[in-house]
Amino acid sequence: MNVPAEPFAAEIVAVDDHTFVRREMQAALPPPRRQVGIIGWMRENLFSSILNTILTLVGIALVLLIVPPLVRFLVIDAVWTGDNREACLAPGTGACWPFVKAKFGQFIYGFYPIDQRWRVNVVFALGAALLAPLLVLSWPGKKLNAFLFFGVYPVIAFILLTGGNINASAFLLQRFNLIRPLTGDVTVAGLNVAFWADYILTAVGAGLGALLGNARGLARAVAATMLVLGVIILAWDIDFGLQPVETRQWGGLLVTLVIAVTGIVTSLPLGILLALGRRSKMPIVRLLSIIFIEFWRGVPLITVLFFATYMLPLFLPTGTNPDGLLRALVGVAMFTAAYLAETVRGGLQAIPKGQYEGAMAMGLTWGQMMRLIILPQALTLVIPSIVNSFISLFKDTTLVLIVSIFDFLGQLRAAFTDPNWASPVTLYTGFAFAGIVYFLFCFGMSRYSMFVERRLDTSHRH
Amino acid sequence: MAELAGTERGARSGTSFINDPKVRSIVLQVVALVLVVVLGWMFIGNARENLAAQKIATGFGFLDNTAGFGISQTLIPYSETSTYGRAFLVGLLNTILVAVVGIIVATIIGFLVGIGRLSKNFVVRLLSTTYVEVLRNLPPLFQILFWYLAVLSALPGPRQSISLFGEVFLSNRGIIIPRPIFGEGSGTVLLAFGAGILLTVLLSSWSNARREETGRGLPMLWIGLGLVIGLPLIVMIAAGFPLTFERPELKGFNFAGGTRVIPEFVALTLALSTYTAAFIAENVRSGIQSVSKGQTEAAYSLGLKPSLTLRLVVIPQALRVIIPPLTNQYLNLTKNSSLAVGIGYPDLVAVFAGTSLNQTGQAIEIIAITMGVYLLLSIITSTIMNAYNRRIALVER
Repeated sequence: MNVPAEPFAAEIVAVDDHTFVRREMQAALPPPRRQVGIIGWMRENLFSSILNTILTLVGIALVLLIVPPLVRFLVIDAVWTGDNREACLAPGTGACWPFVKAKFGQFIYGFYPIDQRWRVNVVFALGAALLAPLLVLSWPGKKLNAFLFFGVYPVIAFILLTGGNINASAFLLQRFNLIRPLTGDVTVAGLNVAFWADYILTAVGAGLGALLGNARGLARAVAATMLVLGVIILAWDIDFGLQPVETRQWGGLLVTLVIAVTGIVTSLPLGILLALGRRSKMPIVRLLSIIFIEFWRGVPLITVLFFATYMLPLFLPTGTNPDGLLRALVGVAMFTAAYLAETVRGGLQAIPKGQYEGAMAMGLTWGQMMRLIILPQALTLVIPSIVNSFISLFKDTTLVLIVSIFDFLGQLRAAFTDPNWASPVTLYTGFAFAGIVYFLFCFGMSRYSMFVERRLDTSHRH
Repeated sequence: MAELAGTERGARSGTSFINDPKVRSIVLQVVALVLVVVLGWMFIGNARENLAAQKIATGFGFLDNTAGFGISQTLIPYSETSTYGRAFLVGLLNTILVAVVGIIVATIIGFLVGIGRLSKNFVVRLLSTTYVEVLRNLPPLFQILFWYLAVLSALPGPRQSISLFGEVFLSNRGIIIPRPIFGEGSGTVLLAFGAGILLTVLLSSWSNARREETGRGLPMLWIGLGLVIGLPLIVMIAAGFPLTFERPELKGFNFAGGTRVIPEFVALTLALSTYTAAFIAENVRSGIQSVSKGQTEAAYSLGLKPSLTLRLVVIPQALRVIIPPLTNQYLNLTKNSSLAVGIGYPDLVAVFAGTSLNQTGQAIEIIAITMGVYLLLSIITSTIMNAYNRRIALVER
């Protein structure tokens, strides 16, 4: 403590022949080597007790049992080039990557016509280009971006993937055949005149009706809805000269992503509506919402798909035979919406009552209160759970292979039966490849949700 | 409150009734109800028309018709001459079997892995984390197909089957285990087993009461083991071993004797339980982490051993957090058991909504019954778990 003034004062000074006085603290000895460093860490963490030692040894044995063979199979012993099964027949070979290379197109596009695959690529690229800036939280223009991704992108993707030109010909009034006798089946630029005259008449009629009822807000809502719907149908109705591709020809990762993205885009608004309905003070609306939610949550997705495939056509007017993929999409959307509704409800319940009361005190209407005050906060709170729902949705897309829609996993299964590639390792290679793809998607989403959770968490810390 | 204010204002200032919240809410509800009714009426009308066009008779009469197809795993007697109703029962029992076995296995693995994720041991932690991350990020159907096609089908044929202690045989035809044969007097053994369980339950509640009073309980673990296992064993010896096992023996190209567990069952149960266990592990981890450190420290300072601390202080509090999501996982496993149809395990969906539907065409009845059964199973499971949850929930004073 006392800094000695003169040199050599720190030395042990002999006061007399028998007494020593220490002027300075002795330096601490280094800790025993067995308690620090790698050895100390291992003693503390790996071998602290007999049970722990056994666990460590068993664990290391397990790692050694799993990792080296896996690496050897996937990389070291793997076959990288070849044209058919001959390359992978030698005993002791690892993964047969030429098989994946040969079947890659099938895994991604299914039976989509090869000369039309560029359309799928454009859809993929466009989706990635719109999604990436949406995911980076700090980038500006989120509203426009979200509008493009959730509003415009699905319309364009639909045109590109199916070929558009849906031949819209029957609308509400058409069922009563009011206009067809006047115009016949005339088409102008590929558009059915009867249909469009019908559509415009209906839109104007509905808007005028609402105006006469002195409900200006309603009139505006009707006009906006009819306009948006009209633009979408028009876009789908125009013949862009694309070769039509039936959904039966779709497959692979394309179908997986179409189901996942459509499920997400359609189920989120539906889920929010259902959550609001379940929290509503109106007893009938609440009851209907509860029945809807609990019904879909109580049954497995497979039965929902069976329902959509076998039962739904019976409920629709005779003669209408909706597309197989569309039926599955409807089932998946209903199913996911019910789960999302519960997630969103959790967020709504977490918003303190003061927020509702504050909004009402400001004189906001119910719609404004929800849109501007409650939902932004509630949805932010449950982003991680929403992403989790989407991860389950992504995993659940595999189930469509049971109703004969060949998604990624379905194509994989189909590829196993190809005699050109029948070898002892084909099966394992396919599973390894598919496993890696699914894992990357799901793991990526879960990491992203954790990142968002951490980023948004800071706002709640005081 | 808002409604009240709105009504008053509406009445006072004489604004249009359209802006009266009460009127609005009634109108909205009536519209919703009318929409649902009209939609339902349209559906029913369409269905009637379509069924008439396809000449399908509605009703549940088909349940008494002969099914005419075989089922590879039956827990109750069933043959091709049995009825669709019987096939339904067989499928239902197969579903329940997978659900029960899967839930038990998933719970065990899930708790072990969940505790492993919190272990101080780096190797154990690493393995547990890898397990959870890999299994929960792969689709369950993918895992089922993997176990079925890549693991179980790759096992050697019956003649080269892998034998465990010469009693159990693993091959691509499934697992062959010895079949128990209940001889004369096995009823008594079963009775003794039941009595053992009953006695253990009674004794442990008495022991608990005594410990509350005097601080001294009975060593219930050993007493319980003795009563549940020892007592039936003694009775069995006294009765001269009425329970014998028929051993599987290799005859020709297949096994004779023993009971065969079909590979579809093994693949499905294995995949579902390991998949669900990954989620249960996360629930267990978050449950244990939710118990504050002060609880453990307080228990230590009271002089409780680590094992007792875990059992008496941490786990009871953690269970409160674990049980509700655990219920969800059990329900998910039960519902996921319907993926059986992907590998041809004869569960409810495969037998009833699959084969029976294709043969009879009674889509509405069959899918309604199937969905109804799952709804019922969900309700039963959640009722049981809710009752348990209430029992262990925090009693607030």
